[in-house]
Amino acid sequence: MSPRLAKALINGLLLGGTVVALFPLLWMLSVSFMQPGEAGVLPPPLLPAHATLGNYRELFVHAGMGRYLLNSLAVASAITVLSLAFNLLAGYAFAKLRFAGRERLFQALIGALVIPAQVAMLPLFLLLKYMGLVNSYAGVIVPGMATVFGIFLVRQYARGIPDELLEAARIDGAGEWRIFGQIVLPLLKPIMVTLAIFSFLAAWNDFMWPLIVLTGQEHYTLPIGLASLAREHAQDSELMMAGSVITVLPVIVLFLAMQRYYLEGLLLGSVKG
Amino acid sequence: MNSQRAAWLFLTPALLVLGVFFLLPVIAALALSLTDYDLYALANIHNLRFVALQNYWALLHQPLFWSALGHTVYFVAVGVPLSMGTSLSAALLLNSPLARCKPFFRTALFAPVVTTVVAVAVIWRYLFNTKYGMANFVLADLGIHPVDWLGDPHWAMPTIILFAVWKNFGYNMIIFLAGLQAIPADLYEAARIDGASARQQFRHITLPMLGPTLLMVSILTVSGYFQLFAEPYVMTEGGPLQSTTSVLYLMYDEGFKWWNLGSASAVAFLLFIIMFAVTVLMLKLARRENDGEPA
Repeated sequence: MSPRLAKALINGLLLGGTVVALFPLLWMLSVSFMQPGEAGVLPPPLLPAHATLGNYRELFVHAGMGRYLLNSLAVASAITVLSLAFNLLAGYAFAKLRFAGRERLFQALIGALVIPAQVAMLPLFLLLKYMGLVNSYAGVIVPGMATVFGIFLVRQYARGIPDELLEAARIDGAGEWRIFGQIVLPLLKPIMVTLAIFSFLAAWNDFMWPLIVLTGQEHYTLPIGLASLAREHAQDSELMMAGSVITVLPVIVLFLAMQRYYLEGLLLGSVKG
Repeated sequence: MNSQRAAWLFLTPALLVLGVFFLLPVIAALALSLTDYDLYALANIHNLRFVALQNYWALLHQPLFWSALGHTVYFVAVGVPLSMGTSLSAALLLNSPLARCKPFFRTALFAPVVTTVVAVAVIWRYLFNTKYGMANFVLADLGIHPVDWLGDPHWAMPTIILFAVWKNFGYNMIIFLAGLQAIPADLYEAARIDGASARQQFRHITLPMLGPTLLMVSILTVSGYFQLFAEPYVMTEGGPLQSTTSVLYLMYDEGFKWWNLGSASAVAFLLFIIMFAVTVLMLKLARRENDGEPA
């Protein structure tokens, strides 16, 4: 095969793959601006004849989408902030502080990763029911406040902090909290950004647990609200596409803005061996 | 404050959360699966009875459990190789020195990964609509009769597999790409001087060098695909004729629709045991493969 043909073939395949990857998303955006019923014809229209914001207005005014959006923002932000704090503390302790049983405890945590989260969900529901947290924001947030993945990520990164730096501070009489706040945290900034994006995206996209624990519409996050709308309005493609745009757009924008950190975290988290 | 005490102080919040909201429920799930916890027990705990392994026994005699397991295994057995094959192909293309605009292609191919399953499943439902869907429209152009993608029990699962591959392949693509970039270029250089073809280079350099990455990725992907739930929930509600009811879908229905929490816990544990067994099997097979290969 001549190099020119190979080059055309490789770039052609990449282009084709890109079209397949992006077409559903672009089509969603286009249909979301169509009049009701406009997408339900053959051939399927690619662009709206008369673009309208009517679907979005309908969703925010009548379907409670604004409420779901605020719920999602609140829940995902709370999970991000809390899990960041807890995972940073624990990850740093596993990486840099010496204590009896450190390696064994860490191994046990990593071992727990083989247990799928769904195994815990039924008793967790009962536990939260007795705590009065079913159908509340706390019910979604509380189980996500610490993750083994997050602790692992911070530990991997914090191991790169030189011990001499911490020892010198201890000799100067700095307490452990001050060392953590003034020396360690600034050094962990890149991994903090990575972990924050990961947690936010995971919390935003999470489906099964919020579906279980949120029983009333007033607390629904976007994915749950959208799934319930999709069952009611199965035929209103234009309306549902607008709902999908509202759900997906924030995370796509966040990803595009912070791509470098996200992909770095993905690779750091996958080098488990 | 000594470092030992500081360490435990730093660990306490995270360990408390994981202990109370994960470890404890897992142990409780095992206990729950040995009881007949149902709506009556939910109303009054005195109605709870210990039934030993009866839930497991009943499940193993229930056709619905076996069909749910069958659908899940189908999804894993077809979806994982297809997904990983797509990821590896995309990574090889992106890694080629002939590829242009690599950052753009990489971002575009990865984009579906960050999207919300529910939202994109809703899109796919319309793309694969029998009457007005884009998929059938394109097929009609090629002279192929319309397919009832999500309404035909034979097609619903393949459609969900296609959707899952589209949504997920970008994740492993990034990992494979990093693995490919870590292979020293002089290996290929030496192979070229020896006259090895592109296919031979792939077979004797790329695949062996990528071996550990392939193993790790396949284990993670298999366990991820075993947890199929949101896709059928949104796209088919487990139908048609329960052809897309997965094990987790069964657990959800059993637990939170019928409130048979004891039996649902048994479903969860059976899934866990199966996933664990498959992981161990994959590690064993990989080890044997390594031993068999001449050093």
